[in-house]
Amino acid sequence: MQGKVRVQATINGEAQEFLCEPRQSLLECLRDVLGLTGTKEGCNDGNCGACTVMLDDRIVTSCLVLGVEAEGCRITTIEGIAAGSQLHPLQQAFLENAALQCGICTPGFIVAAKALLDRDPAPSEERIRLWLANNLCRCTGYDKIVRAVQQAAARIPEAVV
Amino acid sequence: MSTQYTVIGTRPVRHDGADKVTGRALYGADVQMAGLLHGYILRSPHAHARIRRIDTSKAEAFPGVKAVVTAADFSPVEDKVVDLGEGNTPLSYIRGNVLASGKVLYQGHAVAAVAASSVHIAEEAARLIEVDYEVLPCVLTAPEAMRDDAPILHDNLRTKEFGEQTGRVSNVAEHFRHVMGDVEQGFAEADLIVEREYHTATVHQGYIEPHNATALWNNDGRILVWCSTQGAFVVRDVTACILQVPVSRVKVTPMEIGGGFGGKIPVYLEPVAALLSKKTGRPVKIVMSRKDVFEGTGPTPGSYIRVKMGAKKGGRITAAQAYLAYEAGAYPGAMVGPGGMCVFAAYDIPNVVIDGFDVVVNKPSTAAYRAPGATNAAFATETVVDEIADKLGMDPLEFRLKNAAKEGTRRADGPKYRRIGCVEVIEAMKNHPHYSAPLEGKNRGRGVAIGFWFNAGLPSSCTITVNADGTVNLVEGSPDIGGTRTSIAMQAAEVLGITAEDVRPTVVDTDSVGFTAVTGGSRTTFATGLAAYEAAQDVMRQMKERAAQLWEVSPESVTAEHGVFRSGDHSITFRELAKELSETGGPVVGRGAVQPRGVGGSFSGAMADVEVDPETGKVSVLRFTAVQDAGKAIHPSYVEGQMQGGSVQGIGWALNEEYYMNSSGTMMNSSLLDYRMPTALDLPMIDTVIVEVPNPGHPFGVRGVGEANIVPPPAAIANAIYHAIGVRMNRLPMNPPAIMEAVWSQRD
Repeated sequence: MQGKVRVQATINGEAQEFLCEPRQSLLECLRDVLGLTGTKEGCNDGNCGACTVMLDDRIVTSCLVLGVEAEGCRITTIEGIAAGSQLHPLQQAFLENAALQCGICTPGFIVAAKALLDRDPAPSEERIRLWLANNLCRCTGYDKIVRAVQQAAARIPEAVV
Repeated sequence: MSTQYTVIGTRPVRHDGADKVTGRALYGADVQMAGLLHGYILRSPHAHARIRRIDTSKAEAFPGVKAVVTAADFSPVEDKVVDLGEGNTPLSYIRGNVLASGKVLYQGHAVAAVAASSVHIAEEAARLIEVDYEVLPCVLTAPEAMRDDAPILHDNLRTKEFGEQTGRVSNVAEHFRHVMGDVEQGFAEADLIVEREYHTATVHQGYIEPHNATALWNNDGRILVWCSTQGAFVVRDVTACILQVPVSRVKVTPMEIGGGFGGKIPVYLEPVAALLSKKTGRPVKIVMSRKDVFEGTGPTPGSYIRVKMGAKKGGRITAAQAYLAYEAGAYPGAMVGPGGMCVFAAYDIPNVVIDGFDVVVNKPSTAAYRAPGATNAAFATETVVDEIADKLGMDPLEFRLKNAAKEGTRRADGPKYRRIGCVEVIEAMKNHPHYSAPLEGKNRGRGVAIGFWFNAGLPSSCTITVNADGTVNLVEGSPDIGGTRTSIAMQAAEVLGITAEDVRPTVVDTDSVGFTAVTGGSRTTFATGLAAYEAAQDVMRQMKERAAQLWEVSPESVTAEHGVFRSGDHSITFRELAKELSETGGPVVGRGAVQPRGVGGSFSGAMADVEVDPETGKVSVLRFTAVQDAGKAIHPSYVEGQMQGGSVQGIGWALNEEYYMNSSGTMMNSSLLDYRMPTALDLPMIDTVIVEVPNPGHPFGVRGVGEANIVPPPAAIANAIYHAIGVRMNRLPMNPPAIMEAVWSQRD
């Protein structure tokens, strides 16, 4: 057994410290060490996007990042998207637009879509589709997801004061 | 029947929504508990081999390893035939797919399993298990496996022909035939006959959540299971059967499930995790990798199909013949049965012969995938139909309308249709602006196709408890894969006269609700919805009695409408009456337990505009419209969602997806990079039209809507490709190499 490494990172706005094996991915650390199971595993090789999280200001597939690489980083997971009891406009739009069926890809989509809206508050349909092409959904055919992102984009200026 | 609904047809936010957009919803892989061990399954690198010897000693000695199991750890029992609701199957097949015994039958076949303190240790240790294989020749397609000199997968598999045992050992588990009228006479009457042959590749359901299971063989002898499944009771019954314990010894808790599409009906991991738990006394969790999912779980069959149809100049189909050979994978059960029922299901044809062959090959044992068997068959039929319409110079939808199945039409496999919506679906396609919109530009074409799928009945159970605040708790046994908590709750709310939000639905374990069959067969909103309807009616009977008690009138005099109970001058709302329960006799609990017969099959239509790049063979979908008869859409958003999701799975099947196997039976593309499913960027918006021809067998008219939508898209796209570049495709997937090959062979 390999020795564990101490990692310090800011996770969903809180300073955290955890131990991880050098071979453990950030996804494993979030789920198995920190109990943040909202981030999902769909493929473990970076192709489905279910494990998408924010690492500093980039979106990453956390299965392709080692836990030790998170040292000193800011990480935002699906658990950090809502403002306390207030859902983020994207979360609300996903609910109102029935933009999820089984829901396993939803955390990854919401984290990725938030990163898009943080950069581009009024993305075109084409830009939304290109941005979200890293995230696979097998239930919805993407139609309602794209519409939810469009609706959230339209609402965000009024929602975020 | 009143159609003035207050809840049905509205679009409330789903009850489990907040948990699913915040990451709080707990799926099978999220299970954590004290002392949890992690399992890993060693799989066969060979498609067909005899296992001479398995030596697990090095793995067992590896630090951190707690137990290793193989098929030898199953309790010894004489092989016998068992019926787990899908016909009679030898126990040795059911066990054999979970852990191979004697032979491995496909690359990815489970051979042994390790439990250790971490998944990494379990994986490392599994690599130390020594398996001595005698590699055998493999056979990968139905036509090859049907040859007399083909390698035989099962020495004890004897061909059943037309329902009779032949005693002949072969890879053909079954050959069935449906005959109606006189097909020779029918073809003799035809002015035009088209016959084509088709090959379709093995494809996977592609749910994003890999299979998972956690099991604890408890000290009291009970086996507790937490897993993602389409049917907790199936897992209970199969696990009990494999482990040879009574069903009451197994309790299955269905966790949230990340997609299934039929692929999460079979049991793979639960009995293995239970064996590992028995050996260690600790809970064991096993989660598949994506590669395991592709190589070790059931995709849907690849197939070889021939379809021949004849028609009069006026456009009436006189005869149709189909030959369907489907690859079952390692064990019998290729879903060719439903393929045979669906191949001409959309048409009223007097003379029909359908031959179906269930053929075992050295690929993973196939499972259901959304309208299993029907998509392959419709790809053949609907492209032949398009060719006939084209050659007769008829509009393809007019041609279909002329021959469409209606109430009273007999299908070749026997049943006569009750009220169906085939004509209404075709009319809706014809009337949609998409159909008459101009389509300009080179290499662009529009294609249409239609399809049919059933609506399963099967048992469902439900209880409803009235709370003092006027809300109700609804307990049900159908895992919710796509919003069915809400579509079921809405049916109860409609009966009770309360809002959808005032019904709190919960999916519970197998100890806590009556038997409920799988979330599959497009049955959940129909059958569990009916159980909820019955439970709500039971609540209403009891509530009327309580009101009668309060008012000292006869229960028969009490009426209820929109949540208000009345008798003479008395009236009280559901909410007010709920407060009076403790004063009038205590709790009100309603029950519904059904096994409905009034199933309503569903027809669907697809309309696609494509552009073909003549240089690369890439097909782009420019516009897509899905039409489907829902009977009655309880929650229209989730009906649309089924239609859009099924359409896009059909588009993936049409254009990209396939198991790419090398000649030794190794899957060469077992990742989501190389097995390419459609992304958001590959697609346009998917327009939907919900047709509502109520099912007379359901109080609200519900039909199954989950599956029929995947049936027509591959044919619609093939027809669109023809109208774009003049090439008839007879192979799935229609990926760039296939398109270029077809284009080049046409030029030659």
